[in-house]
Amino acid sequence: MRHTVSVLVENRPGALARVSNMFARRGFNIESLAVGPTERHDVSRITLTVDCPADLLEQIEKQMHKLVNVLRVSTLEAGEAVERELALVRVSAEPSRRAELIALSEVFDARVADLGPDSMIFEVVGTPEQLESFEELLRPHGLTELARTGRIGLARASASRAPRPQHVLR
Amino acid sequence: MKMLGSDAILRSLEAEGIDVVFGIPGGAILPLYDAFARGSTVRHVLARHEQGAGHMAEGYARASGKVGVAVATSGPGVTNLVTPIADAWMDSTPLVCITGQVRTTLIGTDAFQETDATGITLPIVKHSWLVQDVQELPHVLKAAFHVARTGRSGPVLVDVAKDVQETEIDFTYPHQVDLPGWRPPAGVHPRQVREAARALLAASRPVLYVGGGVINGDACDELRELAEVGGIPVIATLMAKGSFPETHPLCYGPPGMHGSKWANWGLNKSDLIVAVGARFDDRVTGKLSAFAPGAKVIHFDIDAAEIGKLRRADIPVTGPLRLALAELTKAVREEEEPGHEGPVAWRRQLEEWREAFPYRYRREGDYLKPQAIVETLRDLTLGRDDVVWTTGVGQHQMWAMQYLVCDRPRTFITSGGLGTMGYGLPAAIGAKAARPDATVVCIDGDGCFQMTCQELATSVLEGLPIVVVIVNNGWLGMVRQWQEMFYDNRFAETHLTHQVPDYAQLAEAYGAAGFTVEADDELEGVLEEALTCGRTAVVDARCDPEEKCFPMIPAGAAAIDVIEFSEEKAVEA
Ligand SMILES: Cc1ncc(C[n+]2csc(CCOP(=O)(O)OP(=O)(O)O)c2C)c(N)n1
Ligand SMILES: [Mg+2]
Repeated sequence: MRHTVSVLVENRPGALARVSNMFARRGFNIESLAVGPTERHDVSRITLTVDCPADLLEQIEKQMHKLVNVLRVSTLEAGEAVERELALVRVSAEPSRRAELIALSEVFDARVADLGPDSMIFEVVGTPEQLESFEELLRPHGLTELARTGRIGLARASASRAPRPQHVLR
Repeated sequence: MKMLGSDAILRSLEAEGIDVVFGIPGGAILPLYDAFARGSTVRHVLARHEQGAGHMAEGYARASGKVGVAVATSGPGVTNLVTPIADAWMDSTPLVCITGQVRTTLIGTDAFQETDATGITLPIVKHSWLVQDVQELPHVLKAAFHVARTGRSGPVLVDVAKDVQETEIDFTYPHQVDLPGWRPPAGVHPRQVREAARALLAASRPVLYVGGGVINGDACDELRELAEVGGIPVIATLMAKGSFPETHPLCYGPPGMHGSKWANWGLNKSDLIVAVGARFDDRVTGKLSAFAPGAKVIHFDIDAAEIGKLRRADIPVTGPLRLALAELTKAVREEEEPGHEGPVAWRRQLEEWREAFPYRYRREGDYLKPQAIVETLRDLTLGRDDVVWTTGVGQHQMWAMQYLVCDRPRTFITSGGLGTMGYGLPAAIGAKAARPDATVVCIDGDGCFQMTCQELATSVLEGLPIVVVIVNNGWLGMVRQWQEMFYDNRFAETHLTHQVPDYAQLAEAYGAAGFTVEADDELEGVLEEALTCGRTAVVDARCDPEEKCFPMIPAGAAAIDVIEFSEEKAVEA
């Protein structure tokens, strides 16, 4: 199963290296990883996507908790979190085909971020699944480059914040 | 008070109550050594190799329960420390390594003797710091000691740039640590403990499977009380040897690859395993899927990540073991029916196995037997409470585990998780520094001894006399055993010879007393002399090159399928 894990870490040199090393060393596979600032200048958020069974997820969470720079680990349960990702997609498009592409992209609320003589860049924000659909849609039209940020997420206000029952973390 | 960063390091060590550190100087750590020259209550023991210094600090920590400190320079100094750091990581030994780093202006430029110390050690430390600003130094040191010793203990590294050591600071040692992300568990869940007590009382074949955590967590008295209150057999691992008195009737020796048949059968036929500070290591469980199939598991550990890592726990209890065991004992007392006698039939069963399958070897033939060396050492020191044992890694280590009798924690010091050859001799020096009044004996292999024997100089010159008994079988014996049993007698690159080097002469060259013994009837006399000579002593006990260590569970086999000494001829794998 795919899980999104949100990790708050102290904003210090090496904090990301410690998290990613722990994954590498224990043979856990990271599907996507996004790092960025939070509302506090001394805290960063790492959002990870992992595809693993529930018991392995629990082990990953516990191993992350042991890292001194890690402040909080929470798993964003599907449906209980807002998850987004941003993608930039370059399509090689002759001027004659642009109108068609733009019409297509509107379905996904994508924006034209750059327009050149023989290519254009779309900017799209959505759930990772939406981005995948968008990518598939554009592929036959000459998709030449793609950059994705990796997913980020926050728990919804309605989601229960109670600790998960299997184990008590600290 | 205004002082240099280097002096601030020593004042911090003093504030931490550190009385001895082990190390070797070099360019990037020279300012700290200059601070030693200016004076400190901290004694510095000069090792001959940083690996030695690291293992000494480990031996010191294991013998004393305090944090061990090793000091090294940048580059090759810190890379030589990597093995002891990994060793301390695997065996949860509290260790603070202080290393010099090139100047802040040179970091990242591939300067002379620059290595990325925090990078190289990243996967094998609890945490590490690269100090580039002297103002951070006191807080970092405070945090380093705190992290090393709290929660599940282990190694940390503090890498200090040379110019930081040379910069002035207005020093006060902080009273509090500022580590928002480090909060090891302080309590235990009362409901879980209550449930554990009920399960324990309901079980008909319970065992306490005890690991090194019970010593690190200072919970040996609580363990004993629990075992006695419930009448529960204790199966203590290699790392827990001595945590529970081995002369106690409830003690059922070490399990695992070379553990006793009764301990392995005890674990495997039990219906309730209470794991305490143990981690279901493959050297204990053998094939995990076949391990103790009928047992429920209660798992106590300070480290939540150990619980459920390899074996699912029916009742997980995270928290300090001392508190957890005390609470469990209390709950057992409250829950137990009057007249409850514990698992009487089960204990009788274990007793029968113990009688039917003792450790066995034949003390006859052309050679001195390695087991006889260990047995004689045991008998010569029987009942003494001032003996600390260390070992190397290999057959001799397993015989030491099997035949020595340890009634006290911190008296059997060995490299378990990493299996580090060369650990025993420097660890013995560190243990001697921690316990100057103790007789410290290293039972070493001839292969292991040659990995760190230069530390004999440290032992002799620093006034830290130890006794090294080399179980000299002339071979990398444990590897030879695998080659004989599993590689059809193809003895590739395992023959060391009995004669080279002449260990007694080597010892004499270092200023230690050297002994050689080959005959069984001279063994006791020579060992007695070495134990009482009051100097650093090396006994070269030349013994049977072909003796194998039994019982043995082949790697990957089910722990129940023990190969016995008597069935030796039938072995195929
Ligand atoms: C540093 C290191 N290198 C290699 C090994 C693999 N190894 C395990 S036991 C052993 C043989 C040890 O020989 P010796 O010290 O003579 O002990 P014996 O088994 O003969 O008692 C070896 C090479 C190891 N554990 N550690
Ligand atoms: Mg040998």
